[in-house]
Amino acid sequence: MRFDSVIIGGGLAGLTAGISLQEEGRSTAIVSTGQNALHFFSGCFESLQEPPQRMQDLFAGAGVRLHYREGVRLMPLGTFRPAALALADIDLVPVPHFADKVLIVGFAGFQDFFPAFLADGLAREGMQCRTVQLELPELERLRLSPSEMRSVQIARTLDRIWGKVIREVKHLLREEDAVVLPQVFGLQDPSVPEYIRQGLPVRVVFTGTLPPSVPGIRTQLLLKRRYEALGGTYLAGDEVVTAHIHGDVVHGIATRNLDSHCLEAGHFLLASGSYFSKGLKSTPFDIAEPVFGLDVVHADDRNAWYDTDFFADQPYMQFGVKTDTALHPLRDGQPLTNLYAIGSVLGATRPEFGFGAGLAVRSAFAAVDQILESL
Amino acid sequence: MKYQETTRSTHNFEECMKCTVCTVYCPVLQVNPLYPGPKQAGPDGERLRLKDPFFFNYALKYCMNCKRCEVACPSGVGVADLIQSARIRYDKTPPKLRDRILASTDFMGSLARPFAPVVNVVTGLGVTKSVLDATLKIDHRRSFPKYSGRSFEAWLRRREKEQAAFPEQVAYFHGCYVNYNYPQLGKDLVRVLNALGVGVQLLDKEKCCGIALITNGMSKQATRHARHNVAVLRKAVVDGGLKVVTTSSSCAMTLRNEYPALLGVDNGDVRDAVTIATRFVFEKLEKGARLRFKPGYHKKVAYHVPCHMERMGWGVFSEKLLRMIPGVEFTLLDSGCCGIAGTYGFKKENYEASQAVGEALFNRIRSVNPEVVACDCETCKWQIEMSTDYSVMNPISILAEAIDI
Repeated sequence: MRFDSVIIGGGLAGLTAGISLQEEGRSTAIVSTGQNALHFFSGCFESLQEPPQRMQDLFAGAGVRLHYREGVRLMPLGTFRPAALALADIDLVPVPHFADKVLIVGFAGFQDFFPAFLADGLAREGMQCRTVQLELPELERLRLSPSEMRSVQIARTLDRIWGKVIREVKHLLREEDAVVLPQVFGLQDPSVPEYIRQGLPVRVVFTGTLPPSVPGIRTQLLLKRRYEALGGTYLAGDEVVTAHIHGDVVHGIATRNLDSHCLEAGHFLLASGSYFSKGLKSTPFDIAEPVFGLDVVHADDRNAWYDTDFFADQPYMQFGVKTDTALHPLRDGQPLTNLYAIGSVLGATRPEFGFGAGLAVRSAFAAVDQILESL
Repeated sequence: MKYQETTRSTHNFEECMKCTVCTVYCPVLQVNPLYPGPKQAGPDGERLRLKDPFFFNYALKYCMNCKRCEVACPSGVGVADLIQSARIRYDKTPPKLRDRILASTDFMGSLARPFAPVVNVVTGLGVTKSVLDATLKIDHRRSFPKYSGRSFEAWLRRREKEQAAFPEQVAYFHGCYVNYNYPQLGKDLVRVLNALGVGVQLLDKEKCCGIALITNGMSKQATRHARHNVAVLRKAVVDGGLKVVTTSSSCAMTLRNEYPALLGVDNGDVRDAVTIATRFVFEKLEKGARLRFKPGYHKKVAYHVPCHMERMGWGVFSEKLLRMIPGVEFTLLDSGCCGIAGTYGFKKENYEASQAVGEALFNRIRSVNPEVVACDCETCKWQIEMSTDYSVMNPISILAEAIDI
């Protein structure tokens, strides 16, 4: 099967590249080995210098609203972190003090949300907190399997009865001027968080839960739907087993599911992620890129891979494939000229593109622009 | 490195990082809180079961074996295989009479076929459904597949000579559905392949692939079927040098993946030769074969990727093939389980869950409002036709209708 471009990796970087190329009329396929880091997405990009119109437009096309506002966001354990660009349901506030009195609402039986930590954190910033556990009969059935009472299961139920949540929370409010709720709204229907906001007379702040991330999964579903609606081919649950390389050009890749049926393309994008997604593989002796055998920037001495202080920035998170200025990765020191590395497979080797979600989107745009210019 | 490679655990269960992504995509967990979910039932439970079989949980029977957990898993864990293997190993409850009946698709087919007109009327009657519901717990709201009076095998056997005259040959694993219920699909395949200059042969007496036997706790019978089928496939593939096509995604997945993974039957020398018909046709066309299409053909088609097609990763072939047909207006339905999962949805205790799982797909079909839904799986067809007002065709049948001979 032949495409204009084949993308390896179906997460944020891969989908951004795929959608952008399809929007320009290019034919693409995405090979995705299982689901991706969007399932753990906080909903925030790191601080940006200027309003990222292009990102917002791309997401808006898929039905994902982003808002830009320099400020801080509330973290799941009650601390605040700087942020500027986020999904519309993630609150960005100018200073870490968004109310005088806060009502923190949890759901009975839901263990992936921590009201007590939140209350401590908010109290440190001078906010007075009251915590309640909401008991909804519709959620009781989920408690039959307590270990599986996760954000996604709750969101599936609440997407149907969000009106009831509004009524119950209204009833619980006393003199509070803000409500903190877990991010368990709008799995299928992205408008639900907004309905909740409009339905309550006070400020509503949605806060992260333990994985899986409801806003992240919603984003994944909508981006993938957009990609497929544009005619993109998303090969889910497949894995690249060999790459056909001649000289400095990649001709095709073979996958586990399609076995002898090779995927050929003019350009390839490597958006295979970091260690978790197996874009980078660490062994006791080495850190390798498994698809093309690319050069990886890393410390030779294994002891220098990690810091014994668990909470320190870990050096191994900086490692990534080595690229030239045009994002062509190097193999035995030589760039592969029709291959681009994007997203977290780059580690922290290209700080100019940022980190995390920002790196995924901006490096994808940079690669797409070069592909489109080369035509 | 070597050490890690040689100590790979069965179905890769130690690779599980507890990321919970599988639980997001499990259709059963969404509707049935009694089911512990793929993570608990699969890798988490395996750890306990290895310690002591006492920890085997009988709620594992709620797993539909749709394998969407495996498609979603970022770590390559054979989640559904772990669950089905555990059921095979630890669940010693003898299958109920009902489950035996539902699972024995070829035996029931050969029994019903001679009396097809009578059987079809009787199984369609409300009173029969009430009796089956009360006695066997086969849900009365289900419609049963109709039986055909003449088997596909008999039809093709009468055309053996004519088929042998084609320059290229394939063998066809037609499965129980084509043989006993809907021979027309087999005839459509013959029409398409003949138009490509390919003759169709039967295998030397195939048996049911056995997928329903596996999920209904009859793994011994399933293993017998698997050994028999691998032997006849070998005859066609190794001795005859033929490719083997199927028109059922579940048969294909069982022959290729389930035999070695769940039943321990080695199919290494035939696996690569077993393929789904849409892939076979697509690859022929890609290599330059030509089909003539009827002028003015038009059809609005919505394609549903069956779970087992999704697991094999081959939905793309059916999609690309349908998109190639001039006059086909194509929509890809958001991939999701229809809820039937073979015999699962026929059981009274699963009916509600089965319909709840399929609801999203049914609504999506209604909003697309196609002329026909395309799908490579027969049980998805029954489920979608019963639950919506839309009819379902195998992509091969749509192609057969569109070509001009």
